[in-house]
Amino acid sequence: MTALSIDTLSVRYGAVTVVEQVSADFPAGAMTAIVGPNGAGKSSLLKAALGVVPKAGGHALFFGKPLAQVRAKVAYMPQRASVDWDFPIRVIDVVLMGMQRELGLLRPVRAADRAWAMECLARVGLTEFAKRQIGALSGGQQQRVFLARALAQRASLYLLDEPFAGVDAKTEAAIVSVLQALRDEGAAVVAVHHDLASVPLWFDRVVLLNRHVIAAGAVSEVFTPEALRETYGGALPPVLAV
Amino acid sequence: MKKDGLIQALLLQSGYNATLVTLGAMALGMAMGAVGAFLFLRRRSLVPDAMAHATLPGVGIAFLVMVALGGEGRFLPGLLLGAGLSALLGLWVLQSLVRGTRLPEDAAIGIVLSTFYGAGIVLLTYIQGLGAGRQAGLEGFLLGSTAGMLREDVLLIAWGGALVIAALVALRRLLVMVAFDPGYAQVMGVRPAWVDAALMVLVLAVVLLGIRVVGAILVVALLITPAVAARMWTDRVGIMAVVAAGIGGAAGYGGAVLSAALPGVPTGPMIVMLAFAAFVLSAIFAPRRGVIGRWRQGRAL
Repeated sequence: MTALSIDTLSVRYGAVTVVEQVSADFPAGAMTAIVGPNGAGKSSLLKAALGVVPKAGGHALFFGKPLAQVRAKVAYMPQRASVDWDFPIRVIDVVLMGMQRELGLLRPVRAADRAWAMECLARVGLTEFAKRQIGALSGGQQQRVFLARALAQRASLYLLDEPFAGVDAKTEAAIVSVLQALRDEGAAVVAVHHDLASVPLWFDRVVLLNRHVIAAGAVSEVFTPEALRETYGGALPPVLAV
Repeated sequence: MKKDGLIQALLLQSGYNATLVTLGAMALGMAMGAVGAFLFLRRRSLVPDAMAHATLPGVGIAFLVMVALGGEGRFLPGLLLGAGLSALLGLWVLQSLVRGTRLPEDAAIGIVLSTFYGAGIVLLTYIQGLGAGRQAGLEGFLLGSTAGMLREDVLLIAWGGALVIAALVALRRLLVMVAFDPGYAQVMGVRPAWVDAALMVLVLAVVLLGIRVVGAILVVALLITPAVAARMWTDRVGIMAVVAAGIGGAAGYGGAVLSAALPGVPTGPMIVMLAFAAFVLSAIFAPRRGVIGRWRQGRAL
């Protein structure tokens, strides 16, 4: 089943086209990486699909429907740098944001809600940090808070923007194992990713993006040196001398 | 004699009217402190300054219209209606400047604030020149004055403040989400633009309630100062809003009491000075974010 289907999506910032006529399908039960050089439009593609930035053309369907009809099934993990970590809020309260659609405006947070938020924190290894202010955490721990917030939503599709950017090895391992567990439960996982070396290790599928799609499909089929060279314009990072 | 007057005022025993005014100033301070906490977290603290200055032309025009219609020019709800429309116009001009000219918001605030303020002063000076004494009290909209406030005026402030606080309680989760992470809020189905608009409506409401008591020039202080003072004491939004409401309420109460007990001391500036005193104490003594706390943390490292 296709969790997310992007159809001829374009994104423009002013006169600059950062995503051009991109079409891609993201199946359930698979982990898909979106890779490409800086400025290739990876984050913009996700944000436009989710309606966070305006689309200049095309559309995105989630489980065959517009996002507004299936928001509960779609979890989003933004880049860590997108928020002010000095904000006066505790870790547990950030995780509870993932349950906003259940909580609504006035319903008080009950013991069961709190227990579920704690369980999500446990899955990312942050149980003892629940009552800390978020700024007191390391970068990797902050990233895991965002992952726990996404988990709290009990979604079927997880869209993650640079989940591994600037994190420590422990966080990297924790995030990968959580995402693989979600995949094994049948969820679709889509991550904007920058470390090419880890793509074949962790991901089932890959979309090579540089403003438009260079190649998309199973990692074993499309993650080839030729396709990478085309994506990165011949200037491959040294790590890829494979 | 003076001392007795102060104690009487503190205990709300300076007479019925002074008591009402004190309670009104306290309610106003609480509502402004609570709204200010969310405004501060959304990083829009200067917008109400433009809004408040933009009320002045509306006050003048409303006065002239009401007098021309043969009415009492000082009728507070009428003046506030004028002030509100004028503030909305200011807000609209501000947003048009930011969107239409790509001017940064702080520069646009500077333009709107000074232009509307200038227009307001021109109008109020003209009205003063009309003489006839009917304009008495209009200058209270500049620096705030509780003299001549009516019971209905105080009730308006108290009920308005209560409504604003109730709205904040209802919207608190959305306000926090949009202030912390607007992109995420949007994916969750919360519309940041609508939540921001709701916050601006609440800000406009407390500014209108506040200009009569604190004055258009200083009203922004009651939105910002209690919030930044409260931020020193806690790392939780909810507690911060409650502490800010407490500081604002205490400043309102204290300012009204002092200006009732000390002849010639204006209410608004007194309230603002007390709020600032609360901020200074917080900045020094707050356990982790205060100067002393940070110095001790530095030594412990």
